[in-house]
Order: sequence, then structure tokens, then C-alpha cells
Amino acid sequence: MSSTMSTYSKAKAPGIRQTMSDLHTWTGLLAGWILYAMFLTGTVSYFKDEISQWMRPAVPAQAQVANPAELAPRLVETMSRLAPTSPQWSIGFPDERSPTANAFWRGGKRFESATFDPVTAQPIEVRDTTGGDFFYRFHFQLHYMPVLWGRWIASICAMFMLVAIVSGVITHKKIFVDFFTFRWGKGQRSWLDAHNALSVFGLPFHLMITYTGLVTLMLMLMPWGGDAAFKDRGARQALQNELSAFVPAGKPSGDKAPIAPVADMIRQAQERWGQHGVGRITINNPGDTASRVMVVRADNQRVSVSPQYLLFNGTSGQLLDTKDSVGSAAETRGVMYALHLGRFGDLPLRWLYFLVSLAGTAMVGSGLVMWTVKRRAKLPNPDKPYFGFRLVERLNIASVAGLSVAMVAFFYGNRLLSETLADRKDWEIHVFFMVWGATLLYAMVRPAKRGWIELLWLAAGLLLALPVLNAMTTDRGLWNSLAAGDWVFAGFDLAMIAFAALHAWLAIRTTRHRPKVKPVRKTAAVTDGTAPAPRRLGGVAGGAAAAVAASGAPSGASGSSLSGGTAVSPRSGMPGVEGAR
Amino acid sequence: MNARLRKVVGVGPLLSRIVAALFGGYALAALCSVAAVALPMAPTEAVLTGMLASFVVYVCAVVWVFAVRSATRAWVGLAIAALPLSLAAWSVWK
Repeated sequence: MSSTMSTYSKAKAPGIRQTMSDLHTWTGLLAGWILYAMFLTGTVSYFKDEISQWMRPAVPAQAQVANPAELAPRLVETMSRLAPTSPQWSIGFPDERSPTANAFWRGGKRFESATFDPVTAQPIEVRDTTGGDFFYRFHFQLHYMPVLWGRWIASICAMFMLVAIVSGVITHKKIFVDFFTFRWGKGQRSWLDAHNALSVFGLPFHLMITYTGLVTLMLMLMPWGGDAAFKDRGARQALQNELSAFVPAGKPSGDKAPIAPVADMIRQAQERWGQHGVGRITINNPGDTASRVMVVRADNQRVSVSPQYLLFNGTSGQLLDTKDSVGSAAETRGVMYALHLGRFGDLPLRWLYFLVSLAGTAMVGSGLVMWTVKRRAKLPNPDKPYFGFRLVERLNIASVAGLSVAMVAFFYGNRLLSETLADRKDWEIHVFFMVWGATLLYAMVRPAKRGWIELLWLAAGLLLALPVLNAMTTDRGLWNSLAAGDWVFAGFDLAMIAFAALHAWLAIRTTRHRPKVKPVRKTAAVTDGTAPAPRRLGGVAGGAAAAVAASGAPSGASGSSLSGGTAVSPRSGMPGVEGAR
Repeated sequence: MNARLRKVVGVGPLLSRIVAALFGGYALAALCSVAAVALPMAPTEAVLTGMLASFVVYVCAVVWVFAVRSATRAWVGLAIAALPLSLAAWSVWK
């Protein structure tokens, strides 16, 4: 960046690429640490149900998904016993990804919930854990603070992300050329092009995920239009009806009446949506003559979360209302929401979501590290960097390598904390944050490069040992799960081993990185005038590795694996910066 | 002393731009979401359209604020964009 700064004179204002580059740098840095955590925890949330299954090992893998029409009457019977006076029950059916039925209901002032066996419909005691829902909730509302605060902070970070993406695209002059450039068989140059193409390839996803993320919270973020348009509760309810399948319970009549057979209602819905198209049923005022039963369509077979449901009279069983479409703006919102969640996807698509999202995580991480890489070369005294530099450097270590350690620690907590511990699920979360805090302290006292390497190795070791711990504490170890064809458990263990390998590889790259002698590269930078633009946007795994490697180096300028060790500008520390500008 | 004063004054335009981007940008986006209610469509549809589009407006505003030559221009640009939106929003509020 300094190179371009020196090229424009004081009288003339900086060009758009320069201003956008600065905007990109600073929005990216300020929101980067939270964004990285949001991105990574959001990424693993694509397997939230599978993580939840792994964290409740006593619940067996399901052989066959129960038919809601057969299960529902039994669940209604159980609920009549558990919560006879509640004004509203909401009962969710098992699906391919979660093997239990569940319910929540209004009991007095607060909601209560239970988990049920998918065959007997009896309540089952499951391990007290938040499961994959912890990462899911953390990624948009953080923790240890009121939910609204967390959501506002996450939204502000998402907005910064959106600005960083747009300004990054403007900065990246040759974005289209780079995408179509691939120089085969040129060793590291080919890697550079592959890396570049991959970064840009992920761009539509990153843009989509950021914008749709804001859309999921837009009612909180932009309430003003609704405030202006709707003066009364009824009008507000009309908006709500376009967004979620929720019908208020209304007033009970006070006269008792048995609930009409729900199986018939569910069969009517199944004729429309298929056998597993029913997600849940909501029963308002159960056991009352004013009862209503709402059969709600599941999210998993369509690319929209807009409400679709059938509303029945709860005592006569008569169909009262069919909600099968919403307005076009509401449907746009429903589709954007569904695109963010990715629940419509089958397994291969969910893996694709996961991998591209992981690339997005690496994009944020490598961007953070890039900040220190670029500035390290310009430090007046490399042995004693200024405070801001050290702060960013250490926060990077804790937020990237430390988060990996903390996330695995969360799984260790799940296996090691006593089943009888009070508030057990809260303690799993405390373990996560205590370990994360510890990695920050560790990063502050160790030399930067050592901090990176040691925490990456720690993460790799913990990840590799997790399948072992799983085999020791449950009877669903890798051999058993593979033999039983239990792909949730086998997949989880194998994924941990793959992530262990990734962390080990990052650690080895960081260790091996040797900054080259400075003066040699001056000419190299000049001759490399054709090198693509800076990797502002870029940074899939390879970029992260190189960037990590570079940042750990005491006086190094850049990731040699990225630039081939030759195309490094001595002043900017970025591969090919001068050539691109 | 003089140098320090100049340094403080020197960051003024940058601070002004940051305020313009963060709060001016949000105000413009919010205004847009209200103005959308004036669109000739069902109220719920218009409200949702305004919400969905507001983040595009926010991003464009931020890019504008940092792209133009001076902080004054940044504010003037926001004000000019706000003018027609205010008229539409006023027709909704009144």
C-alpha cells in the first residue's frame, strides 16, 4: 500500500482503488476477529444436527425415519399427560438428520421442552448439552450477553463484511482476468492461479452468505418501514404471517373436548408435500373446543423458508385454511433465508456449502494475517514492533489458532464432564470460552511465530485424539461406527482426523517458513510486473497457510509459497503488489 | 503544541467520513426502507421490499463516502440522495 501512497501527489486525491483498498483493510481488520469466529462457527453449523447427534451418544442412530402420521397420535397422547394445561404445544418430528422427536410448549410464563423416543413417543433423558446449536447460536448472537446485543454486534460485523467484499472487488482490478488465467505446469505459478481462481470462485457464495445473513435479522435491523406502514397489531400480524408459520393461540372457550385425530390431518398434508414433508405440528388450546391444529411444512425439501401450513379445527378435524404461498417480496426473503441456512441441500450439497464456507473462513483469516504481513516489512524496529502491531498479531493467533483449540475443547467437555454435573450444558460452553481465553493469554506471552506453531500443533493433537476419546467414552468408536454403517459418528471422527491433518500442515508450513534475504527481492519485484493483483479477497486454505507462515516470521515479508518466493515486493510485503497497480 | 493541534484537526475529515458512513449510511438505508412503503403494492410487500433493499443502499453509501474527494462532498452526496427519499418517506408518515 505504501508503494501506491508514494505515487500519488499530495495535491491530487487518491484514486478509487486506493480509497477502496484502505476501506477494505480497515473494515476487514476491525470486524475481522469476530467475523472469523462467526464464519467458522457458522460453517460447522451446516452440520449442526450431526454435531448434536455426536454430542448425545446415548441416542442410537435411527434405522428408519418414523412416519409422522404414525408417530403423531402417540406424541399427542404423551403431551396430554405432560402439559395438559398449556395453551400451545409445538411438536417436531424426527427427520433424516435428527433421530428424536421434540416438543416445546408454553408452561406458565416460560417455554418448556422435551425430547422423545421416535418410536414409543416417551420422553427420554438425553445428555444435558447444547450440542451443535451452541455454534449455530454463537455465530449470530455470540454469548454471555443479551441476545439482542449479540445480534446487533454480529450484524454490524456482517455489514462491515459486506463493505469489505464490495470494496475488495473494486480494489481487485484484474478480478475477471485472474479468474480465467491458469498457467499449467508452471510449478508455483500454477498454484498461485489455482488459488486465485478459487478465491474468486467463492466470491458469489461469500457475497450471498453475507447479504442473506443480514436478511435473516432484517426485522431487527430495519424496523422503520414496518413502523411507518402498520399502525395496529392486526396489520403487524399480517406481516408476521408472511414470514413464519405462527398462529397466536387465541382465547380458549373453557369447554373441554377431545383432540380430533391428528393422523388424518397429517395424511392430508402428506398428500401435498410427501411423507417427510411435514416438519412439525402446533396445537393451540389443546383439549378445548376452540382448539386449532397447524400442520407445518418442513424446510428441508424446498429452497424457501416461507411459511406453508394447513390449519385444522382441533376438535372436528375440519380443514380451515391452507397457506401455500406468500407475496413475491416475502418469497424473495424466504428464498434468501433458505439459501443462508442451506437446509434444503442433500448431503453432497451440504458438503459443498461447508467447503466453500470454510474457504470463506480462510479468506477472513488470511486477510487478518495479511495485515501484519504487510506491515512487518515496514517496521522501524522489527525486534520491537509498536503496540498496535503486537495487538493485532496476538489477537490473530488467538482468534484463528485459538478458536480451533477452543472448539475442540468444547467437544472434550462434552465427553469428559460428569453426566450429573449441575448446569452441565452451560459448563460445556464455559469450557469453550475458558480455553479460548487461555489461548489468548498464551499468545500474549509467547513469541508470535512460536505461538502460532504451538497452538496449531495443540489443535492438531487435540483433534487427532478426539476420536480416541470418543472410542474410550462411548461404544461408538470409529471401528464400531464404520462396521455399523453409522455415518454420522464415523463421519465426525474422520472429519476430526482430516482437520488434525490440516492443522498439522499449517503448523509445518509455519515452522518451515524462512524469510529470504531482503535485497535479493528488489529486482524480482520489478521483473514480476505481470503478477496478479494482491490477494485481498483471496485466501482459501493455501493462502491461509502461506499467510500464517509469513506472519510468524520475525522479519519476513511474505508467504513464499504463494508468490514462489520471487514476486515479493520488499516494501509492501505483498506478492506482486506493484505490478498490479 | 501547534503541531499537535494540526494533527487533531487533520483527523477531522476522516472522523467526519466515518460518522457519515456509519450513521449517515444507516440513516439513508432506513429512509429508503420507509420510502419503499410508498411503492404501489401491498403494504407487507412494500415493507419487505424496503428492508431487503436497504442493505444495498447502506453499502453504496459507505463506498460513496470513502470514494469521493472530500468529507464535505460525502455529506452533500448523502443529503442529495436523502432528498427524494425523504419526500417519499414523508408521504408515508403523514
